[in-house]
Amino acid sequence: MAKAPSTEDIAFLRERFSEAITGVREGLGEISCYVDPRYIVDVCRFLRDDSRFQFNLLSDLCGADLGMDQEPRFEVIYHLYSIPVGHRLRLKAQLPPDEPTIESVTSVWKTANWHERETFDMFGIVFTGHPDLRRILMPEEFQWHPLRKDYPVRGYDDF
Amino acid sequence: MELEQDQLRERARPSKPSTQRTIFAEDASGIIDINEINERELGSTMTLSMGPQHPSTHGVLRLELELDGEVVKSTKPDIGYLHTGMEKLMEAKKYQSNICITDRMDYLNPMGNNLGYVLAVEKLLQLEIPPRAQCIRVLMCELQRIASHLVWIGTHALDVGAMSVFFYAFDEREKILNMFEDVCGGRMTPSYFRVGGMFQDLPAGFDGKVRQFLSEFPAALDAFDTLLTGNRIFRNRLEGVGVISAEDAISWGLTGPSLRASGIEHDVRRAEPYSGYELYDFDIPTRTAGDVWARYHVRRQEFRESLKIVLQCIDKMPGGPIKADNDKVVLPDRDDMKTHMDALIHHFLIAADGFKVPEGEVYVAIEGSKGELGYYIVADGSERPYRCHVRGPSFINLSALPSMVEGSLIADVVAVIGSIDIVLGEIDR
Repeated sequence: MAKAPSTEDIAFLRERFSEAITGVREGLGEISCYVDPRYIVDVCRFLRDDSRFQFNLLSDLCGADLGMDQEPRFEVIYHLYSIPVGHRLRLKAQLPPDEPTIESVTSVWKTANWHERETFDMFGIVFTGHPDLRRILMPEEFQWHPLRKDYPVRGYDDF
Repeated sequence: MELEQDQLRERARPSKPSTQRTIFAEDASGIIDINEINERELGSTMTLSMGPQHPSTHGVLRLELELDGEVVKSTKPDIGYLHTGMEKLMEAKKYQSNICITDRMDYLNPMGNNLGYVLAVEKLLQLEIPPRAQCIRVLMCELQRIASHLVWIGTHALDVGAMSVFFYAFDEREKILNMFEDVCGGRMTPSYFRVGGMFQDLPAGFDGKVRQFLSEFPAALDAFDTLLTGNRIFRNRLEGVGVISAEDAISWGLTGPSLRASGIEHDVRRAEPYSGYELYDFDIPTRTAGDVWARYHVRRQEFRESLKIVLQCIDKMPGGPIKADNDKVVLPDRDDMKTHMDALIHHFLIAADGFKVPEGEVYVAIEGSKGELGYYIVADGSERPYRCHVRGPSFINLSALPSMVEGSLIADVVAVIGSIDIVLGEIDR
């Protein structure tokens, strides 16, 4: 099963980014770090390049809607994996309900390109600095973001 | 005379643009008026739309190719034709109902999809799975990997012009699908896995059928080698095409055989063993060239590695139960239901209301036939997932396609698509 970085490594990371990392949560052997959205690219680049972490593979990137009445409402979730070390780490950046915007990590991992397009398409989260931020699964003229909790499962009739 | 010509020209060019006859054509920027194309400066490149009906696109994929003669300048994959909102649907359905949805994502690897999903839910529930169920799961996933690779080798060869391999490959695949039909009734969409174990035990005499397959299949692999590996035309079509370096492959998030062909020995079965994979002896084939020929070789060798695992499963198949010991989650046996009142009640409650999963979130990755297949599930304590995201390896591998085909010939594009082994059902979800 998946291995997570040691508590010393996480303490080191928190010390290095005392302002950027707002919290750490552990559960079922997995670690989630809550990152201030303003620093996401710095934290990601550090985690990729630092010899202790070497998170060279962005396993997955997705969004989540925490609920219509929640503040912050949206979350962008990064699943990092290190091929040399074999550790997994989850990063989370929380965004406000209105105009959720976060900087793109395509400059760190190229694979973020399509993940971010999908997250934009499904949740309407805008990734600044993305080279080609267009809808990817839904048609261009589609007005909604279907994975938001206020979008009905059966969709709208007039589309 | 001049005047007449001027008048004619005037008549030919209507003053209002709205009365102009518009002919629509596809272009990189979408649907445009063909008159606009004529007015544009004629550059040296042309844009060609390949698909969504093109046979080599393995489903409904459309590629917008910008060509300079026969050389591909840039590629833009256009996906979403099969999008059915499965992730949204999974939020609305109970945990046990979602197993059927996972079958339909990568429809060439449904057993693997089942496994990834149930492992994630079981991790949330912290269920202990009996060894026999784990062994059956590994057996099914490895047979499925062979079946999936058989479709790949058949279609990949077909794409580059070797027709006959397809028929041999599908003949072998039929044997595996027949075995799936024996164990659970389903062939393409088996839904054989359950949260906590399996839906039913293996039928009597099943290991005999698997042993027969194991004895026959190496001859088919030798036939593929004769038809393809030693075929100089096939080799010339594949060698040096669609090269991706190890560094780029990781940055693009490639996993599975596509990553291993670039020289990275990474396999989730070895790196993070699940479902008892640490008990089996198998090798991880790798190549360093990173081209289509290397990807062909990695998958070709994986057939034999999967056969090794299948044989070990059959030899070491442990006895015992095939379901976890948990009345609240796992459906009771049919016989118990007919004789025990409490078993009947549990059956009714699980079937009607589902089971509650404690609050939490997990990301579970397995080695699918195409790469790392990940399930990220957020549970809110109810009987339905709050959020379920699938990391489909085909989706990620396809996103790397433009970087692989840039600068190659248009005929090589089909070879590269075949080599990354994509399934559109998983890409669009």
